[in-house]
Amino acid sequence: MIQDLVIYAVYIGYALGVLLTFGTVLTWVERKQAAVMSDRIGANRAYVRIPFTQIKLVWWGLFHGIADGLKMLLKEDWRPKSYDWYAYAVAPWVVFTPVLLVFAVIPFGGMLDPGKLLQALPAASAWFEGRTYPMQIARLDAGLLIVFAFGGMSIIGAMLAGWSSSNKFSMLGASRAGSQMISYELVMGLTVLGLILIYGTLDLSAVVQQQSGILLGFLPAWGVFYQPFAATLFMAAAIAENKRIPFDLPEAESELIAGFYTEYSAMKMGLFMFAEFIEIAIVSALFTTLFLGGYNLPFMSDAGFTFPGNHVVPMAHGLVVVTQLLVFLGKVLLMSSFQILIRWSLPRFRYDQVLLFAWKFMLPLAIANLTVTAVAVWALNP
Amino acid sequence: MSRKPHVRRVYWNEPTMTWWERAYLFEIIRGLLITGGVFMKNMGKWMTGRKGALTTYYPEETRADYAAGNRGKHILTQRPDGSPQCIACNMCATVCPAQVIEIDAAFDATDPAHPKYPSRFEIDYSRCIFCGLCVEACPEDAIRMVKTTPGLPSADRDHMWLNLTELINWNPHSDVAKPYPPRDPAGKPGATQ
Repeated sequence: MIQDLVIYAVYIGYALGVLLTFGTVLTWVERKQAAVMSDRIGANRAYVRIPFTQIKLVWWGLFHGIADGLKMLLKEDWRPKSYDWYAYAVAPWVVFTPVLLVFAVIPFGGMLDPGKLLQALPAASAWFEGRTYPMQIARLDAGLLIVFAFGGMSIIGAMLAGWSSSNKFSMLGASRAGSQMISYELVMGLTVLGLILIYGTLDLSAVVQQQSGILLGFLPAWGVFYQPFAATLFMAAAIAENKRIPFDLPEAESELIAGFYTEYSAMKMGLFMFAEFIEIAIVSALFTTLFLGGYNLPFMSDAGFTFPGNHVVPMAHGLVVVTQLLVFLGKVLLMSSFQILIRWSLPRFRYDQVLLFAWKFMLPLAIANLTVTAVAVWALNP
Repeated sequence: MSRKPHVRRVYWNEPTMTWWERAYLFEIIRGLLITGGVFMKNMGKWMTGRKGALTTYYPEETRADYAAGNRGKHILTQRPDGSPQCIACNMCATVCPAQVIEIDAAFDATDPAHPKYPSRFEIDYSRCIFCGLCVEACPEDAIRMVKTTPGLPSADRDHMWLNLTELINWNPHSDVAKPYPPRDPAGKPGATQ
């Protein structure tokens, strides 16, 4: 259907725009937040001069992202005499692409009814023939599995990069990335299993819809209130997956220069960095979807608010759509900022500590959490 | 022959953490509260129009707490009539290890006591190392260094020179050894300001 094509083209454009914007803006947020946290000012010298005037727009250093991008694009694309140039060239893309693909199954809004939204334009409204679309690029029953499948793929890129660089630092970084990824992927999967038991579905939009209810009469039925323990473990495992401090052993700059992308320069290196920053946004989006009620405000659903005590506040469809889009972006930005807070607060683990932490500390906790959840679900839902 | 058994040396102390600390989470939350608190405090200051950083934003801001003996910008002292005390003897330029001082001497017939004076006196701050040897070499106490830095950041080395006019119009209030403003030629005491 041509209508579906239009809607999904808009969705894909929106998702790409949001992700690439987050990737750029988060570099700025990271710099500025780190600076303010440590009593500094932060990068703010880059400016855009309005042509033919002396008006220089600084905007708190927002343009440093553009300056960085330009620098990376214009730098010499140096490459080593690696024995596998194909793997070397393809590795940044193997890291970058799955990160974008994960967003395909994450819902960034509720049900969209274009006919109702375009009431002012009767012709356009009639053209959609009353179809409704979930605001999600691909609504799949196995949504969460897709997330893990694509999330696990980016490690192939890191391994390829480390292997094909023919550099011992890269090789060490790649092997570290591999073992770390295997350990934490396991923990991540086990923490989410408890949530799947409670919601009884892998479909991420169904997960979000179930979170608009009420828990214990006064709490929003968010995953973080059902599974506070799993939320903590998931966050830790997700940061480890993203290879950021305190788990940045694969690229530990004081030990391995830059780990698996030591031999990369210019925009290829930029792609690794960009993928890392987009993955911050992806992890935040995933955490928001699973634990923080997704695109909804507390007690909100597609129809409006249902507060405790059965106070119903209906909302117009247009208002709901705008609120959901904005709330999702706001939650993702907050969670990204929280991840950056963690990154600038904690020191790096030693390598043996990272693996011990995964296998001896987080994995038993995740299994215990899963067991308790399974027993509770079995006992409470006869 | 008996030897002492080999004892492996311990190079580090085993970590002694309590159970509370080994649970990681609580200590991490404590750390995050500290850094987050600093962030909120500084952010609150920025939002309310105050400065939430310890950074001195050079060159827009200059710090007020230079040490009294800090070797900063050079100044040329003046005679009571306002002419430079320098006699263009070139001793500072000779002693300068970075060779940044350039002096052109000229002849002044109207002043028999000091017939030689500098028609050009320039310092290249892109190379100056602020060692202070010029001040020690000067026989006339004509060149001194004040504690403030020469605010000369520039994208271009050619704009990091100070000439005679700029060196002689220094901030007078930070130097108490010489009366300022200088007495006028009629010989009346100064302090017309």
